[in-house]
Amino acid sequence: MTRPRSRLLAASRIARILLSTQYAYMLEYRAEIALWALSGVLPLIMLGVWQGSGAARQLGWSAEHLQHYFVAAFVVRQFSVVWLIHVFEEDVLTGKLSPFLLQPLQPLWRYFAAHLAEQATRVPFVLLMLLGLAWINPDLLWRPTLAELGLGIAALWGAFLLRFLLQALTSMLCFWSERAAALDRLLVIPYLFLSGLVAPLDTFPPAIKAFALATPFPAMVDFPARILSGQSVNLSGGFFSLLIWCLLLGPLCWWSWVRGIRRYGAMGA
Amino acid sequence: MMPHRYAATLRRFWISSLESESEYQLNLVLECLAVVGNLAGSVFVLSLLFSGQSSLGGWSWDEALVVLGLYTLLDGFTSCLLQPNLSKIVNHVQQGTLDFVLLKPIDSQFWLSLRCFSPWGCPGLIAGLILVATGLRQSGAPIQAHSLLLGGALVISGAAILYSLWFSLAALSIWFVKVWNATEVLRYTLVAGRYPVSAYPPALRLVFVFVLPVAFMTTVPSQALLGAGSWHWAAGSLLMASGSLIASRWFWRFALRHYTSASS
Repeated sequence: MTRPRSRLLAASRIARILLSTQYAYMLEYRAEIALWALSGVLPLIMLGVWQGSGAARQLGWSAEHLQHYFVAAFVVRQFSVVWLIHVFEEDVLTGKLSPFLLQPLQPLWRYFAAHLAEQATRVPFVLLMLLGLAWINPDLLWRPTLAELGLGIAALWGAFLLRFLLQALTSMLCFWSERAAALDRLLVIPYLFLSGLVAPLDTFPPAIKAFALATPFPAMVDFPARILSGQSVNLSGGFFSLLIWCLLLGPLCWWSWVRGIRRYGAMGA
Repeated sequence: MMPHRYAATLRRFWISSLESESEYQLNLVLECLAVVGNLAGSVFVLSLLFSGQSSLGGWSWDEALVVLGLYTLLDGFTSCLLQPNLSKIVNHVQQGTLDFVLLKPIDSQFWLSLRCFSPWGCPGLIAGLILVATGLRQSGAPIQAHSLLLGGALVISGAAILYSLWFSLAALSIWFVKVWNATEVLRYTLVAGRYPVSAYPPALRLVFVFVLPVAFMTTVPSQALLGAGSWHWAAGSLLMASGSLIASRWFWRFALRHYTSASS
């Protein structure tokens, strides 16, 4: 009876220590993280273009609608950034992964904790940027209901997890190829155009919208952004799609990790 | 004598970097796919912005294609020269190898800006040119030699402004090693140049002319190519280009005076 409990305790201790050390580490790089946060302004630029276009108005999107959607997309983007492959590629190529393999902890957890810590470091910068937006135009911000906020954050974490798993899968290619990051650049393209980051999915022609909804990308931005901005949204469908894609990608990651680690032969392995 | 020596050195630089990059031939396929994908996505988003209406900020569809084409062209230029060279400056500062660059009997700004040539930006350059040509032909604007000449000069001055911004941001790493990703921020905000400046709200337009001069990179040259260029915008662009080139030169000299090498 005691064994599973002590295991749970040990796991929670490891998680706590991992998160706190990674957070301390990320705080050291706060200037860099502030700049990364700044580089996520794309949804706000797109908001500017969409406001001037009038194409959204024809679909029944009011100016307020549009503003809230893109500001929500901006927040979603800020907290679902995944940079695993860039770090992982370097660690594999230079052999830094080897010491991690000696520890009784799956190394991917370390990267996962680093991402969570980076998000925590981002919070004040994102709040500052939102304050700046409110200063420019108070109408850009709104107050979501508690339910919207709770569900939105849940969907946001789901989106982050999905993006992490997708990139973890491409990262595993580092074991086979030296240029796996180049392949990841290709995956960024459908993410950019089909996720709802640069154009709301409602503005897509029906056939392309149906195609986009069959991919995992709309769950990464459109779904959480719609919840946060208080628009009509198919809640069960969205969460179901997040769940299905995570259940599909998770085992695939695990399988390619097991296959890849056998091929790993960097310095010292 | 001097320009000749620089030209010969440049030729050697680029041949050697082409040789080393040709080792990764699969990259060409990946880059072509990336350019095609990005272009298809951008045209798609542009078509969404145009759905149900015939103009965006006073620009017709074909004219907006010229702007998008120039953006793609400059993005290719960034991948060819700016990204491979200027993103290495911070490594030189961090590892102290900048000392070796400074000791070479050649101008350090020249070496740091032009040492590498990455052929992987070429698909972007070609795609951009095709898009510009398509937009120009379909727009029905009379194609005149002098508007092409002026447009070409303005594209070059746009590229000069872009280079100066990148170089000055990269030179900041002499003081702040941790701002190495500032150039990435620049790259992400320059995406605004995909659309004509007049498509943005007035406050943003001011930002895009004076703070982050994307207007001079895509909108102003497009206007000139379409034969609708105005002389004061052209003069402003040329002035801005020469001013920013001189400023980047001055800034680099200033930065070097503060450089203390990695070991000291």
